[in-house]
Amino acid sequence: MTAADPAQSEEVVLSARELVKTYQMGEVKVHALRGVDMNLRSGEFLVLLGASGSGKSTLLNILGGLDTATSGTVVYRGQDLTKADDEELTEFRRAHVGFVFQFYNLIPSLTAEENVRLVADIADNPMSPVDALELVGLGPRKDHFPSQLSGGEQQRVAIARAVCKQPDVLLCDEPTGALDFRTGILVLETLERVNRELGTTTAVITHNVPIAQMANTVVELVDGQVSKVEHRETKLPASGLRW
Amino acid sequence: MDVINRKLLRDLSQMRGQVITIGLVVAAGVAAYVTLQGTWTSLESSKTAYYERQRFADVFARLKRAPRSVVSDLESIDGVAEVDARIADAVMVPIKTLREPASGLIVSLPDYGSPRLNQLHLVAGSMPEPGRPDDALVLESFARAHSLEVGDTVPVVINGTIRSVRITGIAMSPEHVFPAPTTGIFSDEKRFAVFWMRESVMAPAFDMTNAFNDVSVRLQPGASLDAVMAAMDRVLDPYGGVGAFGRKDQASNSIVEGELTQLKAMGTVAPMIFLGVAAFLLNVVLSRLVLLQRAQIATLKAVGYGKSAIGLHYVKLVCLIALSGSALGIAGGAYLGSAMTEMYTQYFRFPLLAFELDPRLVSVAVSVSLLAGIVGAVASATRIANLPPAEAMRPAAPPTYGSSLLDKLGAYRFIAPAARMVVREIERQPLRTGLSVIGIAFAVSIMVLARVSSDAMAMLLDMQFQQAWKEDVMVSFLDPLSDGAVRELEHLPGVLYAEGMRMVPVRFVHDGRKRESAILGYPEDGQLRRVIDVERREVPIPESGVMLTAKLAEILGVSVGDELRVEMLEGDRKTVSLRVSSLAAEPFGLQGHMRMSELHRAFGEEATASMALLRIDPREYTRTEPKLKELPKIGGVLRKQTIIDQFKAQSADMMLVFSLILTLFAATIAVGVVYNNARVALSMRSRDLASLRVLGFRRGEISAVLLGELAVQVLLAIPIGIAIGAWMSKAMMNMSDPEQYRLPVMLSTETYAYAAGVTMAAGLVSALLVRRKLDKLDLIGVLKTRE
Ligand SMILES: Nc1ncnc2c1ncn2[C@@H]1O[C@H](COP(=O)(O)OP(=O)(O)O)[C@@H](O)[C@H]1O
Ligand SMILES: [Mg+2]
Repeated sequence: MTAADPAQSEEVVLSARELVKTYQMGEVKVHALRGVDMNLRSGEFLVLLGASGSGKSTLLNILGGLDTATSGTVVYRGQDLTKADDEELTEFRRAHVGFVFQFYNLIPSLTAEENVRLVADIADNPMSPVDALELVGLGPRKDHFPSQLSGGEQQRVAIARAVCKQPDVLLCDEPTGALDFRTGILVLETLERVNRELGTTTAVITHNVPIAQMANTVVELVDGQVSKVEHRETKLPASGLRW
Repeated sequence: MDVINRKLLRDLSQMRGQVITIGLVVAAGVAAYVTLQGTWTSLESSKTAYYERQRFADVFARLKRAPRSVVSDLESIDGVAEVDARIADAVMVPIKTLREPASGLIVSLPDYGSPRLNQLHLVAGSMPEPGRPDDALVLESFARAHSLEVGDTVPVVINGTIRSVRITGIAMSPEHVFPAPTTGIFSDEKRFAVFWMRESVMAPAFDMTNAFNDVSVRLQPGASLDAVMAAMDRVLDPYGGVGAFGRKDQASNSIVEGELTQLKAMGTVAPMIFLGVAAFLLNVVLSRLVLLQRAQIATLKAVGYGKSAIGLHYVKLVCLIALSGSALGIAGGAYLGSAMTEMYTQYFRFPLLAFELDPRLVSVAVSVSLLAGIVGAVASATRIANLPPAEAMRPAAPPTYGSSLLDKLGAYRFIAPAARMVVREIERQPLRTGLSVIGIAFAVSIMVLARVSSDAMAMLLDMQFQQAWKEDVMVSFLDPLSDGAVRELEHLPGVLYAEGMRMVPVRFVHDGRKRESAILGYPEDGQLRRVIDVERREVPIPESGVMLTAKLAEILGVSVGDELRVEMLEGDRKTVSLRVSSLAAEPFGLQGHMRMSELHRAFGEEATASMALLRIDPREYTRTEPKLKELPKIGGVLRKQTIIDQFKAQSADMMLVFSLILTLFAATIAVGVVYNNARVALSMRSRDLASLRVLGFRRGEISAVLLGELAVQVLLAIPIGIAIGAWMSKAMMNMSDPEQYRLPVMLSTETYAYAAGVTMAAGLVSALLVRRKLDKLDLIGVLKTRE
């Protein structure tokens, strides 16, 4: 890491220090994270790479307040989340975090717009759900139910739902994992656009190495430890990715 | 152990909450069935066995006096198997432990051995020695009520003379299973005594040596009751016979039968409903439970388990739940049933009454619940197993959410998305919602049913004792007395007002149909007694002619305007013809009502009264009472409040226990249904709910989504359940003997409030239980998997 690195100068939004997560499975201890240190900086697009089982989801879930670490600290803009209880974590997620998952997790009984409005209703300063859908290119489909949308479209609704509350950070766990290449690109373009136009700090998990090319920062996990952090000078547009 | 059986046990332990509540629903259904049906069958069979053993007579008749030789005339009647002739008369018992003297009977025993019919069941002491004057047996209920023991003496007014009767033994009698004076509808063990004395010592006091005035007959199998009664009447008529009557009209038995008929309604209809509801719920709940295992069934099939192996797996699951529920229900039902039967022994004096668990009853209960559960579970399992595994491994196609009518109307614009989830879910799953609503409604209806009897009783008490009878004290005379004698009562200390009433025992005859009953004569400007109909309106006593209970008119086949033959069953036993001038739809009893003056005119008698009704000053009553007791011609003195208190202490207690038990069961069922609905909804929606939590929804907010659906179901179910309950109550009330009670089904507001309240409380408890699960929702786990 050099001082000239542009990302270094930005404010740290989320930071993890010596994060350890172990799962007790009967007699056996599974070490999902073995002392992870990392920073997520304001406005950056971070890609978290690693093989299946390397601890990516565990890390992201802890950063997003969905789970708590066995030891180590997580700090959000100076606020220590390590000791937060369930209620405080809920408030943290509610106010600051947007999530996107591999399996879109839309509510089947609500239309696209309603799925987005669901979050807008509980947010302090949301954008209009229709604007959020426009942003992901689904304005005309706002009255469709999830069952009437393709996988890629559902994932974009999920992104619209995540960004509509104007979150501080957007955390995406394998957002293209269930999609074909072409649709995957479309979804990545949407994330890129959100990061660029709204300036939302974004972290994306993938085991798909080429996706790292659109990141400012690439963090690689191997067996529950950070094996490499790379700050990239030039980002490739999502449309230029191939895998 | 096979792995598949291990899965069974793990499933059971993992679905603990559901397994337990479903088991409890089965237990409640089975327990209600066993308790109620068992109590009824036990009482019914104990009674039958007791009557049989004690040789309870089939026909009874009273007369003035007949020589012993007439017995052989009776014995030669076609169809008569056995005749037992005896002396019986009314007595008064001025026992010190009572404020008012008790009334009672004295009955002769043959000088040696036992009577041929209506044999006594000796519980203590021994039969009186022949030839010892004033030795007697006493009725067990009276002895118990006054803690009398063998060797004690009791003052008894026998034919006008006070005697000191020594108790040699304490006995129960099939004629006095329900110990009450002839006219009583309430058991009154304190105030009703029966003494049995050897004939040779009793006869002289009544001038009945070698004669009898009371006879009982046992019929040959297949004999015609009516023919025998008619023949007996012909034989006894010259001796002042007042008409033979069957068991149906025997004072104690008619009450016992009436109670048993009431109980039969409670003991047959209600348990069926309970068991039916439990079975229905078991069916619904288990079929849903199995639907949740869709993916597992598919996997089992994919790895090579056959359809029957899968079916068997779920049969085992159901059996484990239903059988343990049944076992609990049978044990609980047997316990409650024997407690209830025990309670009835306070009420009906049967010896050795035991609760018996009929194995057929048990097997019906168990089979019904097993069958319902197996059908529900196996139907679901087969439906899933019939799908190609590849298809079954995917979740069931979500209901296609297209625009519905409500969407088109734009109705959703006004509600928040979270509430929309609730409304849409209900709208898109009408069958599921419908079944849940019906299940909860059934629980509500059972609660209504549980209270219908106590409501009816409360209404009866109020109608009879507040509206119809306005006196404080009832004084009955040994023989009809003049109006002047009634007036004189007003001079007693503490008596504010006195009014005479005439009651003539009669037999109504019309068109070959006859009925023994009584005509009540009301004074012209009577203040105290009124006739109240089922609508709680006062029915005026007609100026002339007789007003009949509507049901009595129906039995006799007469209508307003008809002439009716009326035979007086006392005094000179005149027969007159009376015009039916109106009918009264009274809630109970079968009788005639007339103006007193009309009654006197019709029977050509002096102005007399059979009883006096008093308004008293309660503060002065301690002074009134001894004076009343001193009067020579008084047969009995009864405070209305005493009857009410006693009735409340007895019947009301029974009712309370009944409705408590039923309510407990109903509440269990309500919790079982609501909780399981909630759990199934939770399983089906946990993914949605976890998503909401991830998006930042608070626990309370997601609870509202899930519990909102439940709340809607509960709120829909309450009115439906109340309607079903009212309907079932009507069906049950219709089973009671219309010749005794004709109460309309009138449920009180408290019953509605109660049913609604308990259901909502059950909903709340379920909600809290589910809420705990919601709080532990595995956010990450749910999101890891594809829907
Ligand atoms: N709830 C859990 N219980 C036990 N082990 C778990 C649990 N969740 C994750 N793991 C283990 O932790 C490790 C990291 O998992 P995860 O973070 O999901 O990996 P990735 O997302 O990189 O594929 C894996 O070995 C996994 O088996
Ligand atoms: Mg993962």
